[in-house]
Amino acid sequence: MAERVPTAQALARQVRFHLSFTLSSLTVSLRVANPSHYLPMSVELSERPAPPAPREITTQPRRSDQIFRIIVTIGGMASLVILGLIALFLSIKGLHILTEEKLGFITGSAWEVITDDTGTIAESKFGIGAMLVGTFLSAMIAILVGVPISVLSALYLTFYANGRVKKFLISVIDLMAAFPSLLFGFWGFFVFMSSAEYWAKLINKYLGFIPFFDVPTPIFERSPFIAGLVLAIMIIPIVTSISREIFDQTPLDRIQAAYALGATRLAMIKAVVIPFGRGGIIGGAMLGLGRAMGETVAVYTVLNVVYQINWQILFGAGGNVASLILLKFGEAGPYEVDALMAAGLILFLLTLIVNAVADLLINRFGGKGR
Amino acid sequence: MTTSHAKPASLSSVASARTMSQPGTTLLGTGLETRGVHAWFGKKHVLSDISLDFAAGTVTALIGPSGCGKSTFIRTLNRMHEFIPTAAMAGEVLLDGKDVYAPGTDVTKIRLRVGMVFQKPNPFPSMTIGQNVLSGLKLAQIKKSNTDELLESCLTRAGLWNEVKDRLDEHGGALSGGQQQRLCIARSLAVEPQVLLMDEPCSALDPGSTFRIEETIAELAKSMTIVIVTHNMQQAARVSDYTAFFLSDGGPGEMIEAAPTSKIFSSPQDKRTEDYVTGRFG
Repeated sequence: MAERVPTAQALARQVRFHLSFTLSSLTVSLRVANPSHYLPMSVELSERPAPPAPREITTQPRRSDQIFRIIVTIGGMASLVILGLIALFLSIKGLHILTEEKLGFITGSAWEVITDDTGTIAESKFGIGAMLVGTFLSAMIAILVGVPISVLSALYLTFYANGRVKKFLISVIDLMAAFPSLLFGFWGFFVFMSSAEYWAKLINKYLGFIPFFDVPTPIFERSPFIAGLVLAIMIIPIVTSISREIFDQTPLDRIQAAYALGATRLAMIKAVVIPFGRGGIIGGAMLGLGRAMGETVAVYTVLNVVYQINWQILFGAGGNVASLILLKFGEAGPYEVDALMAAGLILFLLTLIVNAVADLLINRFGGKGR
Repeated sequence: MTTSHAKPASLSSVASARTMSQPGTTLLGTGLETRGVHAWFGKKHVLSDISLDFAAGTVTALIGPSGCGKSTFIRTLNRMHEFIPTAAMAGEVLLDGKDVYAPGTDVTKIRLRVGMVFQKPNPFPSMTIGQNVLSGLKLAQIKKSNTDELLESCLTRAGLWNEVKDRLDEHGGALSGGQQQRLCIARSLAVEPQVLLMDEPCSALDPGSTFRIEETIAELAKSMTIVIVTHNMQQAARVSDYTAFFLSDGGPGEMIEAAPTSKIFSSPQDKRTEDYVTGRFG
């Protein structure tokens, strides 16, 4: 399943695969098994004729195959090249900001450009610490809320919904995936906020002793909590359809084995479907996390961008890296644009790290149920 | 749908007479009977009017060429048939005299009493060997205190204990095909079924593993009723007390003849049975 999610890693892996194939296609050499393994332990080697050295096994690929390999390699390389060029562009533009601000770019929270009367920059300070925290918090809330809902709806669609209901729901969820994020933002701001604010107040009232749920002043609007919930709704379609696809592939013989042992549907799902689909769920969740971290417009609409690190998720202050870039881009001078590029570079690296972690998790936990 | 009730095959009286004299048959119940079972896939009528008794503590082999409805029939016995979309059935399947298709029946309880072993070994790959054997308890939410004892007895009865006793914590996928199939048998024994259905359990196995499974069947027949579908006529002759011959002439599969195995193979009543068991077709 992991391979079917087009992450940057997966693409890079494919490209690497194609590359190594192209390079070695003329002389593909394989070492056959060590011949000494075939000899029983008790037989002394001297009693038998020495085994021959392993042969070099080669193949001459046909022209059509070679040409197709080149075309496929170009296709595979194209996305990697584009990705690399974007990273290069961001680095060239943004790296000098990073070297000037040093670690303060990540830990600091001030974002100020002070110009004198002539318009030249007198003083500037760039830090995206608050935005990173906001990105992390809203994305986490999105995952914690969105993934369970997605998994449940995928289970419903695969094992409970029948015929027409199933078809209808699947098309609705696909439509949701294609829904413009600005509309989610509008809906979140105008419709959803008032209910979510009420929930936030409840959580604060009863769980306020936990630092996360405390607020310095009772402002519950436009908080990371509400932004996270809107993001959760946005990632549900993608996580649902990926989970549904993997659940659909659960081997029928295992499902039948469970039922034949007197399993209820719930017991069958716990014993067979979840172990089989774990890798796919994690893959889908990570894809959702990527989307939640990179989401710009919806967060910009809902969240109150404040340049101060705020860990209190119910308090109306935050922002994420992408929404900062959107907010500042229009009015920024060339120097500030470079700083925004640097922020973009950090976001890019963060996404890469998330993808790498996803791969690791899938390899660690995904394979066991297969 | 039409249902025609025919008289059950006449072998029931012979079978019960045999089992009555066996010790320890009280757990066996009074056996499994079918009355006029038909089956459909969509509009296609695949099985017609099967009435057959499986007396407690006997081994019955179902033989016949491919596509004659043997597997469909065996799957109606523990209600696995209904998992195939568009599948339908008519008639009655009586377990201890009670219709398993009666309204209000908890199907999971039926499947606990009528276990099944499939053609392809299908252990749960996410579980260890030990967990696989006991998986039925977890799946059916049965509480058992002495699971170690149960684990050993199930694996012993399935003829696998000596091979796996030192590696119960390994995953089932590491076993050979024949061992996996015996693991699946052990797994179905753990929930203590009265009846064990085996759908071509040896068709994916080598002769050595087949031999081990046949030994296992002979051992199990002391304590449960076994129904086995097989394409291998020697196997049917070796393991079963009774044999039923199924055939389809292009229409729905029908039961041509059912009798004690020795009779089917030595003096069958029907010409078609004789042609089949002597290898003239199929």
